[in-house]
Amino acid sequence: MKKILKYVFTDILRNKIVIGYTLFLLILSMSVFNLEDNSAKGLLSLLNIVLIIVPLVSIIFSTIYIYNSLEFIELLVSQPLRRKHIWSSLFAGLAGSLCTSFFIGTGIPALLYAPADIALVMTGMGLLLTIIFVAIALLAAVITRDKAKGIGIAIFLWLYFSLLFDGLVLFILFQFQDYPLEKFMVGASMLNPIDLGRILILLKMDMSALMGYTGAVFRELFGTATGFMIAIFVLIAWAALTFWLSLRRFNRKDL
Amino acid sequence: MIIANNVSKHFGKLKALNNVSVNCTRGECIALIGPNGSGKTTFIKCILGMVVPDSGFITFNGKNILHDWQYRKNIGYMPQIGRYPDNMTIGQVFNMMKDIRRDAGNQPLDESLLAEFGLPQLLNKRMRTLSGGTRQKVSASLAFLFNPDILILDEPTAGLDPVSAEKLKEKIIHEKSKGKLILITSHILSELDELITQIIYLQEGQLVFHKKLDELKQDTGEQKLSRAIAAVMKK
Repeated sequence: MKKILKYVFTDILRNKIVIGYTLFLLILSMSVFNLEDNSAKGLLSLLNIVLIIVPLVSIIFSTIYIYNSLEFIELLVSQPLRRKHIWSSLFAGLAGSLCTSFFIGTGIPALLYAPADIALVMTGMGLLLTIIFVAIALLAAVITRDKAKGIGIAIFLWLYFSLLFDGLVLFILFQFQDYPLEKFMVGASMLNPIDLGRILILLKMDMSALMGYTGAVFRELFGTATGFMIAIFVLIAWAALTFWLSLRRFNRKDL
Repeated sequence: MIIANNVSKHFGKLKALNNVSVNCTRGECIALIGPNGSGKTTFIKCILGMVVPDSGFITFNGKNILHDWQYRKNIGYMPQIGRYPDNMTIGQVFNMMKDIRRDAGNQPLDESLLAEFGLPQLLNKRMRTLSGGTRQKVSASLAFLFNPDILILDEPTAGLDPVSAEKLKEKIIHEKSKGKLILITSHILSELDELITQIIYLQEGQLVFHKKLDELKQDTGEQKLSRAIAAVMKK
């Protein structure tokens, strides 16, 4: 498995997009922190970048990468290698390189300029979101053979998690506003890793007051150490479950 | 060595393989023959585990190949269309394959075909710049490189120039004499005559027959493989 991982890594590094992504994140976060004298404001701007751009780049790059290395995968599958190892190496290579990019591009500036605990939570969220969206991309790519369709599914999933899901939740909230929906909201937030990430970071930044009564409910649950652990656990479960599903699909896929 | 038992595979509505059962033994050189789309490549991919049969199973040396991967150490596979990572050079592809397969039993490498095709001079060329024929040469050299017990060659001479095709054929005959099992698909029947000992004939995913070459010649009363197959197809 280490050997395949080595080749996946060198291949991704040869592809200059990851380096470009690192530089882009680095320039963005440096300018955000240097524009604002208040690091909290800088963090808020950065939050939006983390929650929009990181999932987008992770999912699109990974999907396209998988489709472009179909030949490579085909070559490996006919060799004495476990399919499990091939797929895990691809996942580890993609997640590893994109996480490194994010850590250098956003994690380090945040840790330098912002209070340590918030910066840590944000970096951790960014890394987790990267891993989750690489896993989602792998699932999208393994489901369909058609490249255009696969990339379409990936874009749609990103759109769903970053925009449509919130719209749906708002719609339900307005339809059932006469009922107490706070518990439902907590449950719903678990269904979207981006939302969960946003809530955790906002809570750490003491912005929960902006979220009204629901914010208080969130504070009550996620503000505690146990709640925080639960949220992290849910995020990890998102990555693990999605990857496991894609792996199962790949094991039975005809190449 | 390889036994296929009632192997079936559908692709949507298309029945690529329908209850195919064959028994391939060591020391034979078997030709897989059949019209386009008769399931030859699908069958080969089933043996390699690249396609998972819907029903039926394949055993390799008595072990079911499903969920197994070690058995592929003994197989050298030359695909119909060799597809390699575009931005790797020939040298890198060879090094990668050696790296992947080497510790899986430290057999000595067989680089004779590599040298015969003159590939060492081309090691720095990127895969994407290669012509179809050169790609075939790379595939063939890779298939023979690790001295496998079984060689699976999917249309090996398609796209090769006559000189290289001849070199490849000599190599196949040489390997056959060492008692290896060789599976070949080809549409050029005339070149199979001197190579093969057995024939598997597939049509629309169904096994029509699996016979020794001599038997087939006797049955049809023809001396040439191409005529014998033509006689079978007419029936």
